Amino acid sequence: MTPALLAAGDPLYAAGLNWITLVIIVIKIIFSFAVCMGAVTLMIWFERKVISDMQSRIGPNRAGPFGLLQTLADGIKLFFKEDLIPGQADRFVFKLAPYLSVVPALVIFAVVPFGGVVTIAGRSIDLQVADPPIGILLVLAMSAIGVYGIMLAGWASGSKYPLLSGVRASAQMISYEAALGMTVVTVVMMTGSLSTRSIVNSQAGAIWHWNLIRLGFVPAIIFIIAVIAETNRPPFDVVEAESELVGGFNTEYSSIRFALFYLAEFMNTITMSAVIVTLFFGGPDGYNPFGHYGSIFMPIVWFLGKTVAFCYFFVWLRGALPRMRYDKLMDLGWKRLIPASLGWLLIVAGFMVNGWWGVGLALAVIAGGLGLARAFSIGGDLESRDQAVLPPVGRRPISPRLLRRLSDGDTKGGEQ
Amino acid sequence: MSIQETVKKKLSFFGGFVLTTKHLTRPRVTREYPLEKKPKQPRQHGRHVLNRYEDGMEKCIGCELCAGVCPADCIYVRGLDNPPDHPVSPGERYGYVYEINYLRCIHCDLCVEACPTQAITESKLFEYSFTNRNDAIYTKAELLVDDNGMPQKLPWEDWREGEDLMISGWMRATSPAGNADFEGVVQWAGELGYGVRAPEGGQSGLRDDEATHTKPIREVMEGHLLAKDIPAAHKGMQGRIWRAKISGERNKAKIEALKTRRKVAKAKKKTAS
Repeated sequence: MTPALLAAGDPLYAAGLNWITLVIIVIKIIFSFAVCMGAVTLMIWFERKVISDMQSRIGPNRAGPFGLLQTLADGIKLFFKEDLIPGQADRFVFKLAPYLSVVPALVIFAVVPFGGVVTIAGRSIDLQVADPPIGILLVLAMSAIGVYGIMLAGWASGSKYPLLSGVRASAQMISYEAALGMTVVTVVMMTGSLSTRSIVNSQAGAIWHWNLIRLGFVPAIIFIIAVIAETNRPPFDVVEAESELVGGFNTEYSSIRFALFYLAEFMNTITMSAVIVTLFFGGPDGYNPFGHYGSIFMPIVWFLGKTVAFCYFFVWLRGALPRMRYDKLMDLGWKRLIPASLGWLLIVAGFMVNGWWGVGLALAVIAGGLGLARAFSIGGDLESRDQAVLPPVGRRPISPRLLRRLSDGDTKGGEQ
Repeated sequence: MSIQETVKKKLSFFGGFVLTTKHLTRPRVTREYPLEKKPKQPRQHGRHVLNRYEDGMEKCIGCELCAGVCPADCIYVRGLDNPPDHPVSPGERYGYVYEINYLRCIHCDLCVEACPTQAITESKLFEYSFTNRNDAIYTKAELLVDDNGMPQKLPWEDWREGEDLMISGWMRATSPAGNADFEGVVQWAGELGYGVRAPEGGQSGLRDDEATHTKPIREVMEGHLLAKDIPAAHKGMQGRIWRAKISGERNKAKIEALKTRRKVAKAKKKTAS
């Protein structure tokens, strides 16, 4: 890539590529990788601790102060355990799958702006690993690759429960990806750019500039719900439903490969919290009472605060809600979220042209929504009608005549 | 369904969130066992103890009723005639061999019920730890009380200070049947180290808890009672004040223990310097 093309995204490349730029990039990558790994261990501890508080338990408190090193201890234990591969497994894919789910989780964090712009040695440095012009598309692409990690893990295990889990994972994640993409399109339309940095910049200044309020709450809510389904967190964790599927896609995994899935799950929680914050909650934007120096660290504090709040929200959901039934989950995705996000996209698009278009499209969407609701209710009636219920499997229907002949109560029917 | 009911039903979705938030501040139900031991129930069935009379004679007469009644077949007893020059028990015979296999024992306490001389009772000790099957068979050497009337302290058992009553062997397996005639009547012989123990309270309404040294069972296990069986003074606001008083006393004791520990540590430092 030529420097000019690179500079379109990131002011760091304005002076062209030289060794100082490369050093800065490498430092940024190493720093955020280290932060991510540390954050994952903390996140696992945080989740276990908060869940235990919500259930009046104590939670991990043996390893380190407040049990902070419990994750590390678990990791070391898993690392030294025997690594089993089932005989029926597809060995290559079985080994590949954990990495397919970890790497995207980490890569998504690369485009999340976690701070403002810092000037060091005459270079203005964005506090994010990379700011490619396609920013938000990378998030969608990587979360789509994350589906492969789980799906292939379920398939390659050569075992029935993981396979069911893999099927569920692919269906669930693909259907929620539609709603996810649709809400992202709303944000991108408002910003006029795919770059995460410009999405954040367009929300800066005041709380009513945040996409949460600018776009009227609905896209944010849909996005959050879709993200929960996308990361397979409770109450949408049908993929690893312990009561139905043993352990889900990771049933056959052990040792460090299992640890990688665990890592990916919690990394996804963090990165998706960060993405929610970036898209709808102004990213690092927030009140700064400390003047010039505050403008360096306050954005980071705000970003961390918002992300931690969302991490807590995810944990809270897990503590409060029971798991959804699989068909209800798909219903919610296809029948509610996708039409709602599509309709809201149309309304926002209308209002961006002018008020008349907006009102007209809103009316059209309401009419369409009512029609859809009627269609669903008719469909639901059809589903629950007697004729639609299939006879129980494994029992042949016996004719009343034969039944009478077999039973000794009435001999009129058969003998003559 | 009225509108209010519908709204209530819809809002019940948030019930889980409210409940989990409430639980954040509630006291924890978990006990951190090795650090903190739960007080034992008055009739906890722990490991057995072979008792002795106040003059040091063994109570066991080798009658093998315990072995006969044992549903798990874990007791092995052999009796022998008392040597005339140095009798082991006051009777004709004594328990020459007495072994209990704790891999089989189910702690049903039928042996305690069967024993005609209260020779075998159960302590409240529950910490067994053996690494081979031979160690699981406790012989007379381990079961018989020592010269102070205390059970033998085995190397794997964890005895704490202030748990004397818990460790002591005396315990009736069941309560004295609630017959008012036996209220306050001592039904057992004296015991080495403890003398004649106070009689147990029966189940009559007029029982004298002070005289019989028994706590009313509802004080000991309030958490297991139905709401109607809990005394009014322990319910509602009154109960809160009562509990606060108790916990205040407990905290005082804890703080005092901490202070003394600090003093000891300081004194140690001084002597070291």
